[in-house]
Amino acid sequence: MASIFMDNLGKVYTGGVRAVTGVNLDIADGEMIVLVGPSGCGKSTLLRMVAGLETISEGSLKIGDRVVNNLEPADRDIAMVFQNYALYPHMTVYNNLAYGLKNRGFAKSEIQRRVNEAAQMLEIGQFLDRKPRQLSGGQRQRVAMGRALVREPAAFLFDEPLSNLDAKLRVQMRVEIRQLQKRLGTTSLYVTHDQLEALTMADRLVVLNGGQIEQVGTPMELYSRPATTFVAGFIGSPAMNMLSSEYLRGLVSAEALSHVPTQADLIGIRPEDLSLAAPKDGEISLTGTLMLLEPAGAESHLHLRFDGHDDMIVARLPHVPDVAEGAKLTFSLPRGKLHPFDRASGKRMA
Amino acid sequence: MVENNRWGNFFAHLVLILGVAIVIFPVYVAIIASTHPPGTFIRGVMPLLPGPNALENYKTVITEGRSRAGTPPIGGMLWNSFVMAMAITLGKLSISLLSAFAIVYFRFPFRIFFFWVIFLTLMLPVEVRIVPTFQVVADLGMLNSFAGLSIPLIASATATFLFRQFFMTVPEELMEAARVDGAGPMKFFKDILMPLSITNIAALFVIMFIYGWNQYLWPLLITTDPEYYTIVMGIQRMVTGGDSEPLWHLVMATVVLAALPPILVILFMQRLFVKGLTETEK
Amino acid sequence: MQTKRMTFSSKWLPYALLAPQVIITLIFFIWPASQALYQSFLRQDIFGLRTNFVWFDNFNRLFADPLYLNSLKVTLVFSLGTTFLSMSVALLFAVMVNRMIRSRDSYTTFLVWPYAVAPAIAGVLWWFIFNPSIGIMPYMLKGFGYDWNHRSSSTDAMILVIIAAAWKQISYNFLFFLAGLQSIPHSLIEAAAIDGASRFKRFWTIVFPLLSPITFFLMVVNVVYAMFDTFGVIHATTEGGPAQATNILVYKVYRDGFVNLNLGSSAAQSVILMAIVIVLTVIQFRYIERRVNY
Repeated sequence: MASIFMDNLGKVYTGGVRAVTGVNLDIADGEMIVLVGPSGCGKSTLLRMVAGLETISEGSLKIGDRVVNNLEPADRDIAMVFQNYALYPHMTVYNNLAYGLKNRGFAKSEIQRRVNEAAQMLEIGQFLDRKPRQLSGGQRQRVAMGRALVREPAAFLFDEPLSNLDAKLRVQMRVEIRQLQKRLGTTSLYVTHDQLEALTMADRLVVLNGGQIEQVGTPMELYSRPATTFVAGFIGSPAMNMLSSEYLRGLVSAEALSHVPTQADLIGIRPEDLSLAAPKDGEISLTGTLMLLEPAGAESHLHLRFDGHDDMIVARLPHVPDVAEGAKLTFSLPRGKLHPFDRASGKRMA
Repeated sequence: MVENNRWGNFFAHLVLILGVAIVIFPVYVAIIASTHPPGTFIRGVMPLLPGPNALENYKTVITEGRSRAGTPPIGGMLWNSFVMAMAITLGKLSISLLSAFAIVYFRFPFRIFFFWVIFLTLMLPVEVRIVPTFQVVADLGMLNSFAGLSIPLIASATATFLFRQFFMTVPEELMEAARVDGAGPMKFFKDILMPLSITNIAALFVIMFIYGWNQYLWPLLITTDPEYYTIVMGIQRMVTGGDSEPLWHLVMATVVLAALPPILVILFMQRLFVKGLTETEK
Repeated sequence: MQTKRMTFSSKWLPYALLAPQVIITLIFFIWPASQALYQSFLRQDIFGLRTNFVWFDNFNRLFADPLYLNSLKVTLVFSLGTTFLSMSVALLFAVMVNRMIRSRDSYTTFLVWPYAVAPAIAGVLWWFIFNPSIGIMPYMLKGFGYDWNHRSSSTDAMILVIIAAAWKQISYNFLFFLAGLQSIPHSLIEAAAIDGASRFKRFWTIVFPLLSPITFFLMVVNVVYAMFDTFGVIHATTEGGPAQATNILVYKVYRDGFVNLNLGSSAAQSVILMAIVIVLTVIQFRYIERRVNY
C-alpha cells in the first residue's frame, strides 16, 4: 500500500498530439480516487501513464517513495483491471489469477493460498477450472478483479471496469468493488465516464477536461460548489441549467440577486433545487410553460420554456406532479442555490 | 417458390454424383491399375475392375523399386518426401510467426523496409527464377541434401501476412495485462500469443504440408543422388525413365502411395484445411 | 502500416526475430532474382569462354524468336483454357451443393481432395487415362469416330494438359465459390422471388453478380496457378510437345536454362515472368483492398 504523487505530469504523443497537461495530484494511502470526464479528456491516458503502459513525457510520478517514471509496468507494484477484462482466453480462471504470481517466481503453495483467498472473497471458487468464455459478464469481471487482488499490490488501477456490464450488474459490482476496496484499504485509481459511478465510489473525485484537471474534491464539494461551468455541467443529472444573469435580472427583483457578484454573467440552477411549493420569504419565484413531463417513478423531470429564453429549463421533482403539458407553472428557488459563473473563463465567481 | 422442388433436387443430385464420379475417376483407375499383373497393359484397353496382383505390386514398389530405370524403392522416397514436407512446413511456420510478431508488436527503424523485403517473395515463385536460384544452392554446396531441398522454400510471405492479420485482431489489452503481470516479449509470445494462434497454426500446417509434399521442380533439379529422390519427382523418373512403355501397374501403385498422405491429411483435417485455404487468400 | 497501440521496447530483439526470414529471403529470393536481372543483359559465346554485356539484346531476340512467341501463345491458350474449364465446373458444383442441406458436407468432402494431388501426379493420371494404346478415353472416342493421339496431335496434347491442370484446381475454386454462395443473404433471393424472378433468372441477375468479386479473384489466382504451378503437369506428360504445342513459359525457362544451357535467354525469360507475376500480384492486391473497403 502506498500513496501516489503526480508532479506536473504531461503526455505528448509522437506527432505532437497533447493528451495530458500539468497534472498535479497527491493520492493518500488507501484513498479511492475517481478520474472522470468525457471521452477524450485524457483520463485513461493518465491512468495508463500510472500503470506504465504509456510513457510519461513530462513531470514525475512517485508510487510510495520511488520515482517510477522509467519502470516497466510489472515493476511498479500496481495491478490493473481492464475495461474488457483482458482475461487470457486459453487459460483457466485459476491460471489467469496465478499467471502474474508465477512470473514473479512465487512458490506454488503461496500462489495457491492467494488464489484461493481471492476466489473466496469474490465468490468465484467454483469457476477456477473454467475458461473465461464459459463465464458470464459479471463472473468475468470478478475474475479480472481477482487477478488484481492476488497480487496484493500497492495500488489498484481500474480502467472503466464496469462499462461492459448491464445496468443492474453495474450497480451491484459498484457496491462490491467499493466495499472490497474499503476493506483492503488499497490505494485505488478508478477511471469512468459515468458521473454517477464517480460520485458514489470516490473518496475524492478528479474531473478532467482537455487533458487538464478542472477540479479535485470530495463528491459533495464538487456537487455543491462546482469550480467551473464544465464541472457544473458534468456532475449532476439532469445537468445544471444555465441562464444569463441579464435574463434572470429581468425576471426577478434586484434584491433577490443582491448576493450575486455583478461580474457574474452566467447563473447556474440545479434542476433539483426548483420546487413547485409557493415561494417563501427570500426565495426566488420563476414561471415557465411545461413543454414535456417525464415521469420516472419516484421522481419526474419537467422540461420548461421560459419566455424570452432559448434553451429549455429542466426541473427535477421528487414526485410526479398532477399537471398537464402546456400549463404555466411557478417554481420557487432558494437564493443560496444560485451558482454564479464568469461566462468567458467558465470560472465560479463566489 | 424459393424452396427446392423435387425434380430440381433430383437433377442436382444427378449432376453432383456424375461430377464426383468424374473427379474420382482418375484415382479409381490408378487404384485398379495398381492391382493388375504387367501383362494386362500390353494390349487392349485398361481394365476397370480390380485384378489379382495388388499385394505383389505394392510389395515390389516398396521394397525393390525399378532399379533398371534408376528409381530406388519407394519406402525411401516416401520418407524423403515426408522429411522435406515437414522441414518446409515447420520452417515456414516458425520464421513467419517470429517475423509477424516482430512486425506487429515492435516499432523499430526500417520496419517497413523489412516488411517489403518479405513481401517481395510473394512475387518471385521459384519457377520464374529457377536458374539463378539453382546456382546459389549449388554454390552453397547444398545439392543432394535435405537442407537444399527445404530451406530455399521456407521463406513465405503468405504465412507472415496471415499471422500478421491474426495478431492484429488479438485484443491490445491482453498484451498490456501480460505486461502488468510481468511477462516480457518472449514470455508473452510463448504463454499468450502462441496458444491463441493454435488454430491458425494448425490450418496453415495443413496447407503447407501439402505444398511441401507436392514439390516437384525443385527436388527434380537439386537431387541427382537417388538417396534424396522424393516420391512425386520419382514418379516422373518411372514414367519417362525407360525407352519402353512405362510399367503401368508399378507406376500406378507408386502414384497411389504418393498421393495418399496429402489426401489423408485433407480428409481428416477438412475443417482446418478449408480454413487455411480460404484465409491465406484474404 | 499499423502496429499495436503499445509495443514492446527492445533495440535488438525485433531484428533477431526477423533475421531468419530476411536472411533466407535475401539469399534465396532477392539475390537470385537480381542475378536473373543481371544475367538477362549478358550473353556467353558458344564456347562459354567470354561473356558480353548486350543490353536488351536478349529481350529483343526473344521477341523476334518464333519459338518464344509460340510459347507465349501456348501459355495464353493453356491458362485461359484451364481457368475457364476449372472455374465453370467448380461453379456448377458449388451451386448444386449449395442447394443441399444434409448432403452438403459429404459432397464437399468428395470434391475437395484433388487439391492434395501434386500437379505432376495429376498429369500422370490423365496421361494414363488418355494413353493412345491402352487408355479408356481414346477407346471411347474411337467409338465416336475420333482418333485420339496426343503424341502427334497438338490439339489433343493441349486438351490433355488443360484437363489435367483444371481437374486439380476444381477443389480450390469450388471451396471459394461455395463460401461466396453461402455469404449471399437469403433474403435477397427471397426478395427476387417475390419480385417474380424465375430460378434461372435469379441466378443470373442476383447470385452471379454478387459472386463477381470472388469470380474475379479466382480468375487471377487460376491464371497464376496455370502459368507458374503447372510445371509438373507438362514435365511429367508431354514435355512441351508435340512440336512445341504445350511448351508453356515456365517449362521453356527450365528447358532453355538447364537442357539447352542458354543462360542469357533463360534469364531474360525469368525477368519477363517476374514482371508478369508482379502485375498479377498487384491486381490481386487491389482486389483485396477493395474487399476490405467493401
